[in-house]
Amino acid sequence: MLTAPFLLEIGTEEIPDWMIESALKQLAESFRAVLEEHRLAAAALSVDGTPRRLVLRAESLLTRQSDSEELLTGPPKSAGEGAAAGFARKLGVEPSALQSIATPKGEYFGYRRKVKGRTAAAILAEKLPGLILNIAWPKSMYWTGQGGPRFIRPIRWLLALLGGKVVDFEIAGVRSGAYTSGHRRLGRKRIRVTAPDYESKLRENFVIVSAAARRAKIENDIAALLPAGLRVKPDPGLLDTLVYITEYPAPILGSFDEQYLALPAEVLVTVMRHHQKYFSVCDAEDRLAPYFVAVMNTSADPEGLVRRGNERVLRARFNDARFFWDFDQQKTLAGRVEDLKHVTFQARLGSYFDKTTRMLALVEEFGGDETARRAALLSKCDLTTEMVKEFTELQGVVGGLYARAQGEPEEVAQAIYEHYKPVGMEDSIPATAAGRIVALADKTDTLRGCFSIGLIPSGSRDPFALRRAAQGVVKILAESGLPLAVSRLAGGDEQLREFLLDRVKYYFRDYRGFRYDEVNAVLAAGWDDLADAGSRLEAIRAVRPTPDFEPLAGGFKRIKNILRQAQFAGGGELDPGRLESGPERDLFAEFERLRGVVEEQRARRAYRPALEAIASIRPTVDLFFDKVLVNAPDGEVRRNRLTLLDRLLTEFSSIADFSEIVTQ
Amino acid sequence: MDSYQQIIFKLKTYWSDRGCVIQEPHDLEVGAGTMAPETFLRVLGPKPYRVAYVQPSRRPADGRYGENPNRLYKHQQLQVILKPTPDDVVEQYLGSLEAVGIDLTKHDIKFEEDNWESPTLGAWGIGWQVMLDGLEITQFTYFQQCGGIDLELVPAELTYGLERLTAFLQVKDSVYDIDWTPGVTYADVRLADERQFSVYNFELADIATLWQLFELHEKECQQLLEAYPEYPEKQRFPLLAAYDQVLKCSHLFNLLDSRGAISVTERVGVIGRVRKLAVGVARAWVDQQAPAPEGVAAC
Repeated sequence: MLTAPFLLEIGTEEIPDWMIESALKQLAESFRAVLEEHRLAAAALSVDGTPRRLVLRAESLLTRQSDSEELLTGPPKSAGEGAAAGFARKLGVEPSALQSIATPKGEYFGYRRKVKGRTAAAILAEKLPGLILNIAWPKSMYWTGQGGPRFIRPIRWLLALLGGKVVDFEIAGVRSGAYTSGHRRLGRKRIRVTAPDYESKLRENFVIVSAAARRAKIENDIAALLPAGLRVKPDPGLLDTLVYITEYPAPILGSFDEQYLALPAEVLVTVMRHHQKYFSVCDAEDRLAPYFVAVMNTSADPEGLVRRGNERVLRARFNDARFFWDFDQQKTLAGRVEDLKHVTFQARLGSYFDKTTRMLALVEEFGGDETARRAALLSKCDLTTEMVKEFTELQGVVGGLYARAQGEPEEVAQAIYEHYKPVGMEDSIPATAAGRIVALADKTDTLRGCFSIGLIPSGSRDPFALRRAAQGVVKILAESGLPLAVSRLAGGDEQLREFLLDRVKYYFRDYRGFRYDEVNAVLAAGWDDLADAGSRLEAIRAVRPTPDFEPLAGGFKRIKNILRQAQFAGGGELDPGRLESGPERDLFAEFERLRGVVEEQRARRAYRPALEAIASIRPTVDLFFDKVLVNAPDGEVRRNRLTLLDRLLTEFSSIADFSEIVTQ
Repeated sequence: MDSYQQIIFKLKTYWSDRGCVIQEPHDLEVGAGTMAPETFLRVLGPKPYRVAYVQPSRRPADGRYGENPNRLYKHQQLQVILKPTPDDVVEQYLGSLEAVGIDLTKHDIKFEEDNWESPTLGAWGIGWQVMLDGLEITQFTYFQQCGGIDLELVPAELTYGLERLTAFLQVKDSVYDIDWTPGVTYADVRLADERQFSVYNFELADIATLWQLFELHEKECQQLLEAYPEYPEKQRFPLLAAYDQVLKCSHLFNLLDSRGAISVTERVGVIGRVRKLAVGVARAWVDQQAPAPEGVAAC
């Protein structure tokens, strides 16, 4: 079988950095699907990309499909030789070439036609345009005119080579060819390449195709750039952005006047990171140093022009920040509460003033103290400041910093500062009691409000980030031990209760790493106290590997089934006198003995010994099922046995519903 | 080193050499070069067009009494519309930077995702902010929709922030220090403007009067839009005058906003009112541009 290397490069205008990896993944997947559908195979298929090119390569690709056969069915044998001759004539073959085929409906004339395999070049030429245009983008555009193809940005060249030959196709007036294009200013515009020399030719033209190589270059060059004792603040997200916003990344070190270090580090870092895409630099004690690292998309800055340009921009940004700080101090946070009437929270949920009023009521409801009330009152006031209008991502933080500067109690300042926390699963919850209460009040108000007007997240649509808010609520409750019931936060809204339960499951499964059946078992025994649910889960995880646990879970499931089949309503008295001596009486005795132990342990929240005690009943349960017929002919005996099982199940399911455990 | 006005001359010459009509600014208050009819109306319909103009752009809420070195109530944009977009539009754009003396082999240029949207105009596009050594110097947009209408030909819109670009080239930390022409600074020409309008926009503009004006201009625009369908000679109908009323409303909205006079519940509604006018004019304009049955040439 002949193979040849395959190279596809979609040359575009600059694609947003965060979309590139997903596009490449889709490209590889749909390419594989085309190969499979058309009986082609490739070895060492890989994708890579820069902002201006999506690249798919295969070291070897079959250049032709294998030949195949197709079976054509003609008239039934019963139709006779004349019909067969007509069928053969239509196919252009001798009647002797026909054969007879057996079908469920009888014998038919048939013909096996040899189909010659098509060339990969022909198949790809036909399939590639659709494959490329089918990449799903978060937001696409058209550029050749209304009704024209859509892509993330205009496609400006197409490079498609199978072996030495161009795979010929066209998209949006661009014809595929054997040429690539270098870096916008350092490289040549039109470069003839082959699959083997593609990467090196581009490298000569200041394009590093491999994202991994760009990443390594950034990291290594930064290490070489920094004076001793300094390091960049690790920032994987920013690094990803820089890898995909450059074709030829080169870091440079810049500095700023130390006087700006008087501004809060939060503000400086935000300006550098979010607005300028710079890494900030720390000294050995983790203090911000007056330096930054910018990553250029060019080879070098021998005259220091780029460094000086970036330093000037940063100086202006810092000056802005200082101006905002000074300007904002003309009016205290407390003086801005009224101004919140002019800031929309949500058209139908009113202004931030309205939200603040509702938050204050929630703080009251959650048992917040004077600190929490004050913090809640001031929590949203920073939305009216110049600083937050400019650096939106600093909401809360700026409020906290201003509160401190304006002489509010430290606890109030801290609570304001941290009330947006946790911003994600990995983020910590507020450190102070008041911070937690205000954070809960804020998120709870958002959730209740949005649910009440039907703004409920569906699929990927969650414009008010309600999942994040709910996740925050769950995380705070689970990790703070605040005695607040999750379901109470739902305020009687059943949909919101379900939504929160979903987040509770997500939290324990995906963040805390418990198995889904353990989570189901524990939540079935109650989930209003999340910290407690967490402890119960820990205990289950610890006890699960012990030999009695899973068999007992099987036993509980059996009990549940028996009770269900018997349609047993429970509630009756257990009559010990009716118990048969032997396994039945033994089970009752063991149950009575353990019940006290379990209850006492459970009350102390010593869940592990409680579970161990429960698990220890396993041999007795097994023996009971072995020897005792639950469905006894005597109705009273039967009822008594069912009552025993029912009590056992109820008493011992208050930590977790073992029947939810999936056993081997 | 080039002065502010020399940079403007060079950019205008550059785009003039590439087939652009060099227009003068629209003579009404606008928030951005996009709002001038040379962009808003010309991008509609099937007729190719290329134009470049400097548009003083007023954003009342951005005023800082002339005290902030980088923020202005009224800044100047060089607005370029290339309709349809030429294939080498990015190259042409980079060429314009070289034309004002920026050696791009020695500087760092990046195209960062930045999509543009104007809810009041029912317009949006896809594009980038162009960063030169970390400074945003241009907004580059492929228009997709304008006045709520999908565009037939996709124009590229290049919006240069002239003050920033000049401060970069002249190595000045404050826009007020840039040389407008040798011996005359930007502050000499414009500082009083910034101060006085900041006072007016934030403090003295009479809210009741602004509302009255808003409603008057809105009514005038509505009156025209209602008359259009029945008007016998479509080509003569003053849609351009109707559009001027939209611009008045938009600017008055911005003023009211900077006066803090628009309440929460009103805000979305007022944007919707301006948008409705803008969309109405855009629709009528497309209709007016369509070839007349009698073969009357479009203007």
